[in-house]
Amino acid sequence: MSAEILSSTPDPDSAAGQRPKFLSKERARRGPYRPATLLAGAWLILITVAAGAAPLLAGHDPLTQDLAQVQVGPGGEHLLGTDSLGRDLLARLLHGSRTTLLGVAVGVGVSVSIGVPLGLYAGYLRGRVDKVASAVAEILMSLPGLIILITVLAVYPYSMIAAMVTFGVLSSAALFRIVRNVTMAVAQDLYITAAKLAGLSRRQILLRHILPRIRPTVVAQTAIVAALALVTQLGLGFLGIDTRPPHATWGGVLQDASTVIAVSSWTVVPPVVVVTLTILAFGILGDTTTSQPYRLTRARTRTGRPQAPRTTRRAPADQLLCVEHLTVVLTRGGGGSILVDDVSFGIGRGEIVGLVGESGAGKSVTSRAILGLQPTQAKVDGFIDFDGLNLLDLTDKELHHLRGRRIALVGQEPMVSLDPTIRIGAQLAEAVRAHQKVGRKESHRLARQLLTDVRISDPSAVADRYPHEISGGMAQRVCIAVALAGNPELLIADEPTTALDVTVQAEILDLLRDLQRERNMAVLLVTHDWGVVADLCDRAIVLYAGQIVEQAATERLFDHSCHPYTAALRAADPHQQQPGRRLTTIGGSVPPPGSWPPGCRFADRCVSVTEECSNAAVPLHLVAEGHITRCIHVRADDKEAHRVP
Amino acid sequence: MGTFLLRRLMRSAVLIVVVTFLTYFLVSLTPGDAAYTLLGARATPEQLQALRHDMELDQPLVEQYWRWLSSALHGDFGRSLLTQQSTSEVLSQRLEPTVSLLAGTVLVSVALGCLFGVLAAVRGGWLGRLVDLVGQMGLAVPNFVLGLILIAVFAVNMRLFPVSGYIAFAEDPGLWIRSLVLPVCGLAFGVIGVMARQLKVSMEEVMQREFITAMRANGYPQRSIIYRHALRNAGLPVVANLGVIVVGMLSGSVLMESVFALPGLGSLLVQASAQADLPLVEGVVVVMTVIIVAVNIGVDLISAWLDPRVVRP
Ligand code: SF4
Repeated sequence: MSAEILSSTPDPDSAAGQRPKFLSKERARRGPYRPATLLAGAWLILITVAAGAAPLLAGHDPLTQDLAQVQVGPGGEHLLGTDSLGRDLLARLLHGSRTTLLGVAVGVGVSVSIGVPLGLYAGYLRGRVDKVASAVAEILMSLPGLIILITVLAVYPYSMIAAMVTFGVLSSAALFRIVRNVTMAVAQDLYITAAKLAGLSRRQILLRHILPRIRPTVVAQTAIVAALALVTQLGLGFLGIDTRPPHATWGGVLQDASTVIAVSSWTVVPPVVVVTLTILAFGILGDTTTSQPYRLTRARTRTGRPQAPRTTRRAPADQLLCVEHLTVVLTRGGGGSILVDDVSFGIGRGEIVGLVGESGAGKSVTSRAILGLQPTQAKVDGFIDFDGLNLLDLTDKELHHLRGRRIALVGQEPMVSLDPTIRIGAQLAEAVRAHQKVGRKESHRLARQLLTDVRISDPSAVADRYPHEISGGMAQRVCIAVALAGNPELLIADEPTTALDVTVQAEILDLLRDLQRERNMAVLLVTHDWGVVADLCDRAIVLYAGQIVEQAATERLFDHSCHPYTAALRAADPHQQQPGRRLTTIGGSVPPPGSWPPGCRFADRCVSVTEECSNAAVPLHLVAEGHITRCIHVRADDKEAHRVP
Repeated sequence: MGTFLLRRLMRSAVLIVVVTFLTYFLVSLTPGDAAYTLLGARATPEQLQALRHDMELDQPLVEQYWRWLSSALHGDFGRSLLTQQSTSEVLSQRLEPTVSLLAGTVLVSVALGCLFGVLAAVRGGWLGRLVDLVGQMGLAVPNFVLGLILIAVFAVNMRLFPVSGYIAFAEDPGLWIRSLVLPVCGLAFGVIGVMARQLKVSMEEVMQREFITAMRANGYPQRSIIYRHALRNAGLPVVANLGVIVVGMLSGSVLMESVFALPGLGSLLVQASAQADLPLVEGVVVVMTVIIVAVNIGVDLISAWLDPRVVRP
């Protein structure tokens, strides 16, 4: 019984290490003061007080039998009726709660005093202590709790205390594990390292810094152990082995009621209600679930525009993709801030366009919105015209038909972009079958062909492996093969080399360029690396804080970049650094969505900033043919345009 | 695969030795020992001494344990102190009801737990809330209390199933099933809730992973993404936890057998424990541990089949 309940508690790590903002919002809804918690607490206090004052409240002796009044219903002389021997039910429940709650207290006390300190210690120090304690905990957790307790009671008959102490020892294993995991997570935090460096003693760190952080988890888990202790105690009482017979416990009252259940079902009601409420109360105190609903079949967010056919300006014939006024806003539930603000650009057939910027600029959100894969709580507005189709008007099904076949994605982290449980060949063959009507065998042959296409020298061997058995570079090749399976016209490559070793990066870039030429694919390349832009892209778009700040052909951008941000980015490019000189970086960081200033969003970090910059929003304007920028100090074909020295 | 299995078997062996030794040790702590139980309070110290010597109770504990373990390995668990019946004989008579109850519960709860878990994750909405609620309720109503309620409603009131008792499979398969329906329901209810909720949470987590996004972006069929890829990955933690769930189920089965008067290992344990019939108690503990070990090995095999990283790290 024990383990079921503990295991149902979601990942304890989620309780720690969350952003404070998020935590504070959670607190309002689920925190210690939500009504259910208050009710649960009130109920527990009530029964504890009632247990303490049992002799005063009961009005009857719990042991006095009255065989003339057996199983009387509620009301009258006996408020809750009587049991099978004519004893007052209320009195038995009240007196029974003393033994039962004492047992719970003993069990919880032992469990907490073993599990929590050991968990803290093992989670913080790791090493051998942790290994040994974890191994012991694993064994304890695979022991059948109730059976051990019954054995203990065979040796020490009717010793409820012995049984509950044993329970405490057994259940401390689960508590230990959770405390250890949470401690481990917290101990990695920067400020704990700082505390260590500041020379605080281990004791101080554990008690003053770690314990307060993990307290919510400990409290919740303790409540769950209490629920378990109660259930266990009830079980023992029900079996009639926890205390000597006439003595009342809740489990015993239940057992007595069960013997006469066929004759009178009332007797079973009061104990069941009391017991259920109490377990529920512990359960509520222990419920820290912060489940965020994720709907798998999500209706595509429609914009508030009229449903009349949109007069999409037909893009020029050589344009494959035309994004106009793309805006992505988080709904109020998601924080309500703007992620992508009025972004417009186009990609021609067979063209490679770079989308450049620091993290947080909105690159990934922009590129994924094209595929209809925006965050769950986001609303997308604008036009995304793909070869005459407005992607934002398509249903999920129509969009699905497009994915992989006409637009495909290669992600940032190849190692987590493949299903870890399925062989590479099978995954790839499935992608093939999703796009072409071929049999199983043929799809596997085509899959191996695709692996050859991405320059894997031994396709059969790789096809037989699982994703964790190949290197990052190899995995990225496989991901590219997956994306190519449907022969797409547009490939979105979201930082395809960021997670890879430098040596492998060049290979993957070469591969992408070759494939693009062979297949005449258009590529939207998301990157923060100017080397990649220079290498591959025909044109680049620079994003900052959700906006386009500059857009031009690659050559022009390298020779005549106008925007101070582009200049700063390029100067900070590690490939441009001269040996021996200090690394140039841009001071500060991209302001997070929701805290963008009304004027120029780069003003805080700009070296050329003046007072006018912060006055009003800065519009994009044309500097030269095909070159736009968003800076008030740059004029058309300005000779003073910022250049990288 | 070889080393993996070996490691797991080692772990099982350790578990069996630890559990049996602990029980043995515990039993040796009994205030009155087996000789005392056999001869009663009126025995003279000489008689006790002689019997102790006969039963080798005067030897060091580890030696006694070793002797017990080696005969246990040959299937000899000693004799009941009260009836002098061979323990292994008693155990084998009691095995069927318990195994039927456990197997039935595992089947029902895995099937329904997965079904509800997946539906709740995919559909969300009221079904998701229901799963959350039952996940909680299953915990709040101890399974033996639920058993009582089931008896009151379906056996006493509606007379659909027998109130208690067990019919062996060999005797009448139909009645066998009928005698198991209520206990299995009572035991499975909470487990279904727990498993469904776990699977739901796990599915929701997996659906946020990068590889699911990659699959959606590259046009894998929605059905396959949910039922093949997401479910398989979401199932891993649930399967890994199955061992722990069955351990809990074993505890629950003791109570269920008592509620429904099933003549299984659990009721044998309670009865032997009340009579301080220690060889029987030990025998039951051993058999239950073996059941746990068997389940764990089964779980390991399923995990290995689902997740290649288990076997090919
Ligand atoms: S508008 Fe002003 S602050 Fe903004 S980039 Fe141009 S010079 Fe810098």
